[in-house]
Amino acid sequence: MRFLEKFLHEKIKPHFEKGGKFEKLYPVYDGMETFLFVPGHTAHKGAHIRDGIDLKRTMITVVLALIPCLLFGIWNTGHQHYLFNGEISPEDAWNVMLWDKILYGAMKVLPIVIVSYAVGLGVEFAFCIVKKHSIQEGFLVSGMLIPLILPVDIPLWMVAVATVFAVIFGKEVFGGTGMNILNVALTARAFLFFAYPTKMSGDQVWVSELPDATAGETQLGMWAQTIGVKDNPDAVQGIMDKTYSTMEMFIGNMPGSIGETSAVACLIGALILIYTGIGSFRIMASVLVGGLTMSYIFNLVGINPFMEVSPIDQILAGGFLFGLVFMATDPVTASQTPTGKIIYGFFIGFFAIMIRVFNPAYPEGMMLAILFMNVMAPLIDHYVLQANVKKRISRLKQVKVAA
Amino acid sequence: MSKNIKISRGVNIKLKGEAEKVHASLPLSSTVAIKPTDFPGVVPKLILKEKAEVKAGTPLFYSKENEKIVFTSPVSGEIAEIRRGDKRKILEVIILADKEIRYEAFTAGDPNSMSREQIIENLLKSGCWPFIKQRPYDVIANPADTPKSIFISAFDSSPLAPDNDFILHGNGEIFQTGLDAIKKLTEGKVHLNINAKGKASDVFNKSRGVQINKISGPHPAGLVGVQIHKIDPINKGEKVWYLTPQDVLTIGRLFKEGKFDASRIVAVCGSQVKTPKYFKMLMGQSVASIIEGNVDTEKTRFISGNPLTGSQVNKESHLGFYDYQFTAIPEGGEGEFFGWIAPGFDKFSLSRTFFSWLMSGKKYDLNTNMNGEERAYVMTGQYEKVFPFDIYPVQLVKAMIIKDIELMENLGVYEVAPEDFALCEYACTSKINVQSIVREGLDLVRAECG
Repeated sequence: MRFLEKFLHEKIKPHFEKGGKFEKLYPVYDGMETFLFVPGHTAHKGAHIRDGIDLKRTMITVVLALIPCLLFGIWNTGHQHYLFNGEISPEDAWNVMLWDKILYGAMKVLPIVIVSYAVGLGVEFAFCIVKKHSIQEGFLVSGMLIPLILPVDIPLWMVAVATVFAVIFGKEVFGGTGMNILNVALTARAFLFFAYPTKMSGDQVWVSELPDATAGETQLGMWAQTIGVKDNPDAVQGIMDKTYSTMEMFIGNMPGSIGETSAVACLIGALILIYTGIGSFRIMASVLVGGLTMSYIFNLVGINPFMEVSPIDQILAGGFLFGLVFMATDPVTASQTPTGKIIYGFFIGFFAIMIRVFNPAYPEGMMLAILFMNVMAPLIDHYVLQANVKKRISRLKQVKVAA
Repeated sequence: MSKNIKISRGVNIKLKGEAEKVHASLPLSSTVAIKPTDFPGVVPKLILKEKAEVKAGTPLFYSKENEKIVFTSPVSGEIAEIRRGDKRKILEVIILADKEIRYEAFTAGDPNSMSREQIIENLLKSGCWPFIKQRPYDVIANPADTPKSIFISAFDSSPLAPDNDFILHGNGEIFQTGLDAIKKLTEGKVHLNINAKGKASDVFNKSRGVQINKISGPHPAGLVGVQIHKIDPINKGEKVWYLTPQDVLTIGRLFKEGKFDASRIVAVCGSQVKTPKYFKMLMGQSVASIIEGNVDTEKTRFISGNPLTGSQVNKESHLGFYDYQFTAIPEGGEGEFFGWIAPGFDKFSLSRTFFSWLMSGKKYDLNTNMNGEERAYVMTGQYEKVFPFDIYPVQLVKAMIIKDIELMENLGVYEVAPEDFALCEYACTSKINVQSIVREGLDLVRAECG
């Protein structure tokens, strides 16, 4: 590979350097070169040896952790399509028409992934060229997260618009990777959710090419409906009979955003993130505790059928686990202090369940809860730091009293 | 009332090329140097010019801030060169050594029967004073202060660090003399901190007049800053002094023999060294004399000190004033094809993103590659894992970057030194040069608040 490195440096690089033909595109060249080769920069200040990890590897690890969700999402897209169109029945084994499902799913999902990456990286490159920065890796993960939290039938132009909005107003205006306040992928989703609600909610968007006059409801959508008919036990029972079982939610063969439905896939991702040390176990655990706590409180109150849903079912439904593993743990937008992470995570879980139960118009409480806590994270950190500062000041006072 | 302290946050980086516990001697180096750059905060004012004759203990330059603090020659001979850098900054004062060392005469005597002033004067005149450093700021102590306590870390936990139990073996009497002198400098305690793991040398265990504390845990357990923080933390306005065991030996010899004997035992280690072992040599020994015949010089990084905090030196350069370790590790510089996805069995990482975690206990041959490019802070919680202070490291570093002195003070700037952040710098995913940021931050606070 020395040959390739030499070729790059001698034949290609000069065109991009100062005075070269493509001088302005240097960040693009630099991005490509560092993609091929981790650069051989050596330490000249401070520690002479450095940890093997860098931001590229960190981001790639997260993308790897997302792969199970993506693969399951592809299968599930095909599965739901054929199921609702009556080509397979719910009793059929998972691998009936397996390749048809995968092919169909891939044809639906991969274009969204490609659009998300192409548009997002395009915006990122443009900013780097203007600001003369080297290209940063943040979008590697965002580009995968965005497709996984969208309904499969979303028009591609909406994906593009949302990605542009999220990268510019969610990230670049704050200074790029590492500087953003809101989670970029959730910013994209929130943008679509409020700008094009008909494509992002209801009972028509979650199954690809749903036949006319059928409803492809998500679990949360069905639970939410029970509130409207809570005084009619038969109607409630009628809806509850249609809802998915705990096992189905755990496996994830139900309608929903592309990557969020499967608890198994999310848990595999969580294991990878926790074991490699990339994702914060603290945050994940405290989001879970927060969610369980709120659901349990609702169980105790129990004034409508949605409140009576068991805590485990609440956790498995909707995007709770996906948000817990991949969104809440985003280190840039989460609290940064160890204590802060626990508070931050707890309230995400707490608010997520609260929002989805109190306001059925927003069944996806997880998105709003995380965005809300993103905004609150610096405040939490501030008070955690103040506690540390106060400790130091009181230590000083004790010394002065003693003296 | 000795204390047992357990450090849990930190990591031991296992490197190849540990020094074998064998003593060897180096021939007297032809040149020896004192480097003003080893002393942060000191602006050197030369006393002698080139070609001047010196003895071991003759003052070469003094600190502009306090002219009583002089830096003396470790050897007798002639000042061969005063090497300067940008803006004529003095980098090295190089002395061409005599075959036989002649010494300046200083007061010898039992420190127990001397007054504090006499001891301080003897230390200052002989050039032993710069061994004593202070927190806050990690600079040479001010002889006009009285510290609340003095710390000596009897063990070094850095990668490939020299083993003081081995080095000091049999030097109990001189060490005690040194301690007797040190003891007089404070009204508080002298803390001698030994490694709880393994048996410490009797030299330490039988020391009198000091409080012996046992510290256990991974690096940075051996760093004096961590020990101060756990045992007697520094508050605003307080001073704590500290020095290393071999410094105490040099001071002991001053009071025993009345001369500035700058010989020391240095661990020559690292994977590029053919036979890593302990060499007796002079302070400021020339690198050329150390590497001759024993170190692979092709693509090698020479470090005066350990790989985490040491300074880079070249063949024409000399060892540092405070360094008891010379490390030679492979120089990096070559890109790595798709390195961000390669399995990386030969990479050591605190994360488990490389498959090297499959092989626990493996010793690594790390080179000087950064393994990535500098980025904004993205990851969190990494510094905290290797920073056993009750201080928020990232927030403090950020306060230093924005030069907010009040914030730094609130977050505990008085307790830290660059070396405390060396592991953070090692672990940093964003490849931020934390140690130099901390040094600049400390210099700023010192300039503004004194």
